[in-house]
This record gives sequence, C-alpha cells and structure tokens, in this order.
Amino acid sequence: MFELLGIPPQALFGQLLLGLINGSFYALLSLGLAVIFGLLNIINFSHGAQYMMGAFVAWMGLTWLGIPYWGALLIVPLVVGATGVAIERLMISRLYHLDHLYGLLLTFGLALIIQGLFRNQFGVSGLPYSIPPQLSGGTNLGFMFLPNYRGWVVIASLIVCFGTWFAIERTRLGAYLRAATENPTLVGAFGINVPRMITLTYGFGVALAAFAGVLAAPIYSVNPNMGADLIIVVFAVVVIGGMGSILGAILTGFGLGIVEGLTKVFYPEASSVAIFVIMAIVLLVKPAGLFGRTA
Amino acid sequence: MNFKTATLAGLAAMLMAGSAMAVDIKLGVLNDRSGIYADLSGEGSVVAARMAIEDFEAAAKGINVEVISADHQNKPDVASTIARQWYDEEGVDVIVDVPTSSAALAVNEITREKGKIFLNSGAASTDLTGAQCAPGTAHWTYDTYALANGTGKAMVDNGYKNWYFLTADYAFGHSLEENTTKVVEASGGTVVGSVRHPFPGTDFSSFLLQAQASGADVIGLANAGGDTVNSIKQAAEFGITQAGQALAGLLIFITDVHALGLETAQGLVLTEAFYWDLNDDTRAWSERFSAEMGGSKPTMVHAGVYSAVTHYLKGVDATDSKDTEAVMDWMKSNPSQDQVFGEGELRADGRHIHDMYLFQVKSPAESSGDWDYYKLLATIPAEVAFRPLEDGGCALVE
Repeated sequence: MFELLGIPPQALFGQLLLGLINGSFYALLSLGLAVIFGLLNIINFSHGAQYMMGAFVAWMGLTWLGIPYWGALLIVPLVVGATGVAIERLMISRLYHLDHLYGLLLTFGLALIIQGLFRNQFGVSGLPYSIPPQLSGGTNLGFMFLPNYRGWVVIASLIVCFGTWFAIERTRLGAYLRAATENPTLVGAFGINVPRMITLTYGFGVALAAFAGVLAAPIYSVNPNMGADLIIVVFAVVVIGGMGSILGAILTGFGLGIVEGLTKVFYPEASSVAIFVIMAIVLLVKPAGLFGRTA
Repeated sequence: MNFKTATLAGLAAMLMAGSAMAVDIKLGVLNDRSGIYADLSGEGSVVAARMAIEDFEAAAKGINVEVISADHQNKPDVASTIARQWYDEEGVDVIVDVPTSSAALAVNEITREKGKIFLNSGAASTDLTGAQCAPGTAHWTYDTYALANGTGKAMVDNGYKNWYFLTADYAFGHSLEENTTKVVEASGGTVVGSVRHPFPGTDFSSFLLQAQASGADVIGLANAGGDTVNSIKQAAEFGITQAGQALAGLLIFITDVHALGLETAQGLVLTEAFYWDLNDDTRAWSERFSAEMGGSKPTMVHAGVYSAVTHYLKGVDATDSKDTEAVMDWMKSNPSQDQVFGEGELRADGRHIHDMYLFQVKSPAESSGDWDYYKLLATIPAEVAFRPLEDGGCALVE
C-alpha cells in the first residue's frame, strides 16, 4: 500500500472529508458575515453569539416545547433572525453614518452581554441535544465511517451557501440590494424602501448564523462559549476570502476547513494557528483577500 | 488614640474574641469563571469556601475572613497578574482553587516568592508537589498520579492493554499522559501512540480517527471539562466505541457526566476524590451546596476547597496567627478531618492525601434521576492513592 508523507491514503481521505465538514460551518458563518459586511458595512461581531443562540433556541424548542430538529431548522433561524431585525432597527441603524469601528464595538458589546446572560442561565458545561433519529448511525465508506449527520451538514451547508450566492448575485432582488449599497439615495428615488431592505438583510445574515447553530447543536456541545471559540477563526476566513465577497467567503470557508483538517494530521499542535498563518501571508501578498476587489 | 480608649478597644476586642487575638484574613478564590472549567470550579468554589468559613464559625473565634474572587480565564499570564496584584496591593493572605495546571504552576511560583499560602484544589499537575513544590503550597484534591493510578490501572487490569492518548496540549495534559503511561507500562500494558490537540478544542473527530487507525484497545482521554465531553460525544458519533475501542476518561467530573447525559456516558470508569452520594455527611453537605447553586451538585474541586479552607482555618485558630510557616507547620503536623473528605493528612511535600474512589457511570436504567450517576467500584486507600513521598523529588522532603 502506498503512503503519502507517511499517512495511508485511507486516513488522508477521511481527514479531507472531516475538513470539509468543519469547512461547512466556516462557510455558513463567514457567508453571513460577508453578506452583512458587503451590504451594510457593519462588522458583525455578535455573529458568534447569534450562532450560539441558534443552538440554544433549538435546545429550548426541543426541551420546553417539543419542537423536533426538523422544525427547529426552519423556526429557529426565523426567531433568531427576528431578534436580529430588532437589534438592527433599535441600535445598529443609528450607527451607519459613523466609522466601522462603532458598529464593531456595539456588536462586540452585544455579544458579551448575550453570552453572559446564557452563561448565567445555563452554565458552561453544555447541554445535550440528540441527533435526529432519521440521521443517526453512519455509513461505512471503506476509508472511514461517516456519521450520516455529518454528511447532512455538508449537503445542507452547500445548498444554503449556493442559494444565498444565487439570490444575491443572480436575481433582481439581489441586484436591488447591491445597488442600494452602492447608492442608497438613487435606489430610494426609484421607490424602493432601502432602510427596510437593509434591516431584512441583517436579519437574514443573523438567520444564517442561527441555522449554523442548529446544525451544530447535535455534534458540538451546546454551550454559551461555542460561538466565541469559533468566531475568531471565521473572521480570519472572511479576511482571507476578501471582506464582503460572497463567493470568497464560501470557497475559503470550505478550503480552510480542509487545510485545517490536514494540519491536524501532519502537525496537530499547529492546527489552531494554521488559519492565522495563512491569513498573515494572504494579507501580505494580497491585502484585499483572495476574492476581494481592491478599491 | 489615647491610652484610655486603646485599653477599652483592647478590652472590647478580647471580649469579642474570647482568649484569642483577632486575626484578619483575606482569602482569594482564583479560578475559571467563564470558560470550560467554570462549572467544575467557578462560583461553586466561592460558595464552598464561604460554607467552610461559616461552619468553622470563624467570626466567633476571632478570625475575620474576607472572601474575594476573580476569573483567570485558564491563562497563566492572567493568573500571574491577578496573584501579584492580590498579594502586593490587596493584602490577600491565601489563594484558593486555581484549576488549569499551567495557571496553578504560575501562581505557585508567585506564592513562593511572596511567602504566602496557596491551597490548590482544581489543578492536576503532580509538579505542584514534585519538582516545583513550595513551602506555602498545599495540593488538596487530586493529581495526575492519582487519576492514572485509579482509572489507568483499572483499565489495564480489565484487559485494555494497548493505549493511544488524546492529550490536551498544555502542562496538565502532558503530565496526565506521562503519569498514565508509567502506570500502564508498570501494569504490563503498552502505549502505541498519542496525539496532542489544541486547548481548548471543539472538533476532535480528526484526532479520534487517528486514534482509531492506531488499532489500540483503549483511547486514553488526557483532557478535561468541555474537551472531554466533546471527545466522548464525537467518539460515539463516529462509531469508535461501537467498533470495539474503549474510552478511558482520565479526568471526568460529575458536571461533565451531567452535560453528556447518561445515554452517552454510561459505562465510563473514572476516578474521583468525592461524590455527593457517598455517605450521610457528603449528602448533607451537598444538599446545602445545591441549595445555593441552583440545584447543581458539587464537584470534587468544590469539596476540596471546603476541606482545604477548613483545615487552614483550624491552623490559623490553633496558632493564633496567619504566619505562613506557623500555619503550614500546624497543618502538616495535624490530621485533617471534615464532612466531605473524612480523615486526611497533609504531607511534607504539600500533598494532601485521602481516599480516592473508582466509579463507573450508571446506565439510564440504573439511575434514579438527575445527579444519580455513579456506582462505586473500589475505594483506593489514601496510602496507595497518591505518589509515594520519596518519588516526587520535592526539595522539602529530607
């Protein structure tokens, strides 16, 4: 049997697939960030907290109201998205005329408050959330045992990512949105309600985070810090892909998941920094990111 | 203050304090209050320290204890900064708890430099009572030797001979892996490999598959808290346990079992210094603790804080001072006795020894409800539960 750099090919395929699974979360989360930044110019630091809220609302739905996983997948993004709409209306919309930094500080502060509230209520050890019965078990792929649920995560993430990209880049609604970012006054003059569109866009970005949270609930522990641990990596993904680039966020999300997966095999100790090393190199060589447009 | 008022004040103090002089103590609980170890230490340790002070009736004995607390975020640099500030500016006399071995070792050095007292309950590294032992340090609850000696030995004795380690990449994980390797090899097992994961981690599937590929009988989880919870969950998800490999959680707290749920955790063998349902004393104490902590049962770290603070207060009371040398001398030359650990002894190297327990996690059918999680497999007597005094290489042992 041949080996590649001392790793048997079976193990390598397995690790590539695992990388792709982790990449699905990076892609979904960085996509939400990219949509919000691209169309609102807000660096949404509460994205990790909103992802965490997604997982918690799914848990509450199941435990208190008996809403199963599949229902949660639809309802939770709506509920958490609605909190996003409220936050945008009440707070963020007042900051558009100021520097980026204010939006960042506001959302960062909100993230700390939300995490603190959940920590107070639920502790940090995490809550159990079972894999839905239809997706429990796994499939033996020959080179590895793939839990069916993880396969579903990759598929769901690909569908949502592609759908979002299509809606923004290829539909009339997307064209309005992009036009509104370029020149809100002009688009408003054509009779389109620009503020409402922006509010809904923020709500949609938040809903994406919540969707990722529901997907994550059965495999990672549902705890108040789950978003904080992830969000820094996701920001690195967005920076590497190019701030605001939808396609860049999706492709780098999956790509970096794979790179990180490989680091875990070849040099596990470095797996938590690999993405940041890549970020530093990309910033030096191509400051606008791999898919970003230089202004 | 003139002579008359001074005399009166002195008389009043004597009346209040009985025969003893009044001693003012500032006790700082330094631990994780927001991260992955916050449930197993955190606010619970503050509650346990307060309970020790109340139960000892410290105020009536003329010992005024003020308790303060802070979050070290499991970072050695943050822990060092707080410890220095506490000792230098806030007049703290004793630091308590400090989980996360790297942070505990940092506080240990600062305590040595300042000549104060450090009662560690939460950390695991045997270095605290080995190469880096300090005159003012007492390591109370457990350590990596005791864990390896309990769980590691039990697993090898049950036929799990080939080990692969999944290790948290910092002082604690390294120490636990090293100690367990020694026990495994001494009992006739072998270690076929190990992988070190970043701390704290989220996704362990990659490391678990590497462990699976090694073909070992058992995967030793040399990590703790949320990392262990996620490792165990994901091992079940990837069919690793179903395929015949066993998991040995080398450090599992009752809060971890609570988070995992019995469905996933059942059958795990683990070593602890304390379980709420051991006897009438532990049940009564845990009942009071739960009432203050919203229903959560105490971990062994919380119990250790109670036990350590109790023994420390006895030392202060007996010596009528908070002088580090006098109090530590008293604590080391008198046996400890309390509601949670029963009888114990503080050795010359600062290691507190007491019985340890080997538990197995119940199945959902065996459990009568929330927090009824363990059945006792064996009691490991204090004399053999911890590393022998002469093997640690501590300079305080002559």
